[in-house]
Amino acid sequence: MRFIDPHIHMSARTTDDYERMAAAGIVAIVEPAFWLGQPRTQVGSYIDYMSSLVGWERFRAAQFGIRHYCTIGLNSKEANNEALAEQVLEILPRYLMKEGVVAVGEIGYDDQTPVEDKFYRAQLSLAKEFDMLVQVHTPHRDKKSGTTRSMDVAIEMGMEPGRVVIDHNNEETVEEVLDRGFWAAFTIYPHTKMGNERMVEIARKYGSERIFIDSSSDWGVSDPLAVPKTAHLMLERGIAARDVEEICYGNALQAFGQSGQMKEEHWLDPAPIDQRMLFEGNSVLRGQAPRVGEPAAVPQHSDATVFK
Amino acid sequence: MKPAIVIEQWLAARLPGDAAEWLKSSVQRLRGGGSDKDLYMSVSLVPRKIGKADLALSATELGHATAARPGWNPREWSLDQAARVLLLLAAAGDGATFSRRLDQLCATADVGELVAFYRGLPLYPDQPRHVLRAAEGVRTNMKAVFEAVAHRNPYASEQLAEPAWNQMVLKALFIGASLDPIVGLDRRANPALARMLCDYAHERWAAGRPVSPELWRCVGPHARGDMLADLARVLKKGTGPERAAAALALSSSPDPAASGLLWEYPELSAAVSEKKVSWQAIANPA
Repeated sequence: MRFIDPHIHMSARTTDDYERMAAAGIVAIVEPAFWLGQPRTQVGSYIDYMSSLVGWERFRAAQFGIRHYCTIGLNSKEANNEALAEQVLEILPRYLMKEGVVAVGEIGYDDQTPVEDKFYRAQLSLAKEFDMLVQVHTPHRDKKSGTTRSMDVAIEMGMEPGRVVIDHNNEETVEEVLDRGFWAAFTIYPHTKMGNERMVEIARKYGSERIFIDSSSDWGVSDPLAVPKTAHLMLERGIAARDVEEICYGNALQAFGQSGQMKEEHWLDPAPIDQRMLFEGNSVLRGQAPRVGEPAAVPQHSDATVFK
Repeated sequence: MKPAIVIEQWLAARLPGDAAEWLKSSVQRLRGGGSDKDLYMSVSLVPRKIGKADLALSATELGHATAARPGWNPREWSLDQAARVLLLLAAAGDGATFSRRLDQLCATADVGELVAFYRGLPLYPDQPRHVLRAAEGVRTNMKAVFEAVAHRNPYASEQLAEPAWNQMVLKALFIGASLDPIVGLDRRANPALARMLCDYAHERWAAGRPVSPELWRCVGPHARGDMLADLARVLKKGTGPERAAAALALSSSPDPAASGLLWEYPELSAAVSEKKVSWQAIANPA
């Protein structure tokens, strides 16, 4: 089975993670722009970070045979520095049309302050102006009403629900998100967000339509294999394979694929020129696709004693 | 014909109606003094508007390229790269403005843009002005970006000073990029580079790691003393391609001792004089 992790902060992860992810069947990921654990103080820091999302990190993932996409936006926590947030808003249009940018994100509310609201709305307007999808981060605290409010404002600003991904759902929020026609993403994250046994029960109860899961792995305790692990648990506990595939691959592709930037052929049937330039993965469809240079490295197990 | 006109003709002959129309109006806006923002947005939009297929130039068209700019070899360019370089040239202005805009574009570039901007180096106004930009491209760890400067691009051989040139050649070996597509590789061979390459070969041997046979190409013309001993070692112990490379290198050495060494291996010596071995074949094993 192939997997997509549609929310993972690879900038904070190591090459061991990339190797393990590729070995576990992850073919593509979406890396949302977010905060770095401590607030940035200069607009230049955002420029360098976003450039790395469309440049270095995209290249780095490709070396492991994983396709890298990203979302670009000002996260809700840092929106609270209003003077800086204004400058960030100015530079966002420079990035929204870059290759592999699938949505404006992750944006939304953290403390649900008036300033957060201002920049959430401003970025929804940008999404409308650039005809883009939106990836919404729902707040950890006061989650249920924060989620409702995120959807209310998205609609008020003219977004169609089918072009908005509501992320970090739980048992309390999922029903309303699905009923209103939005995509419902679940973050499988130890300790704070969803555990994966709970996710199995959600899949049992709600099926697979417009539902998908992600790891949101970052610089905290998190698991970049959360998607494949949860898929295996679902199969083990009797969720139909077709549903598991939708939840762990197909739906994320369908949701973010609406951008026109993310296509299955990118990993199943990479164009030869692109393979020469960027992508080190094997072509699945073309048996004898021209490989230029050395074949992708076989993962070297991190517990090996001898390395050359 | 100017390179911009040549590129414009290639694209006009290849793009479907709406893509051609979009490019034409973008170019016109920039030629008429478009703003920085017009340039940045149109450069970003290129793959969405016209795709990334190969440019696939005919032999005649490649001839037009060389006529427009000696040494320019866009054989491996794609449509998006050609269009991006065209947009930059359309907005050109004076060298200072061009440089400022190029720096801005590079600061927020994605990988595809970087490759296009560096491939365009030999076409930009005020050529010596872009030396630091080229050096920045060589400094990257993204192989495709490095190769945009180093491969089939005459800029480096024309503009880089010897230390920077030598670093570029050595780095190509480090990151597994081939030497053969480097324009001016033989012309710019120098004793300091030969020394660095032999030291590098010794490091690799000491670590039990393979040495690219292409390395000896830049050693040959300056090989003397210990370097000849290195080549003798390769002739004696090397793999097939390594021995062919050592033989070719020795044949390019002005030192009479080199031909003496080569004569000890009549078969290799004959292969060299009958041109049965070549650097191109060594760089592109079947």
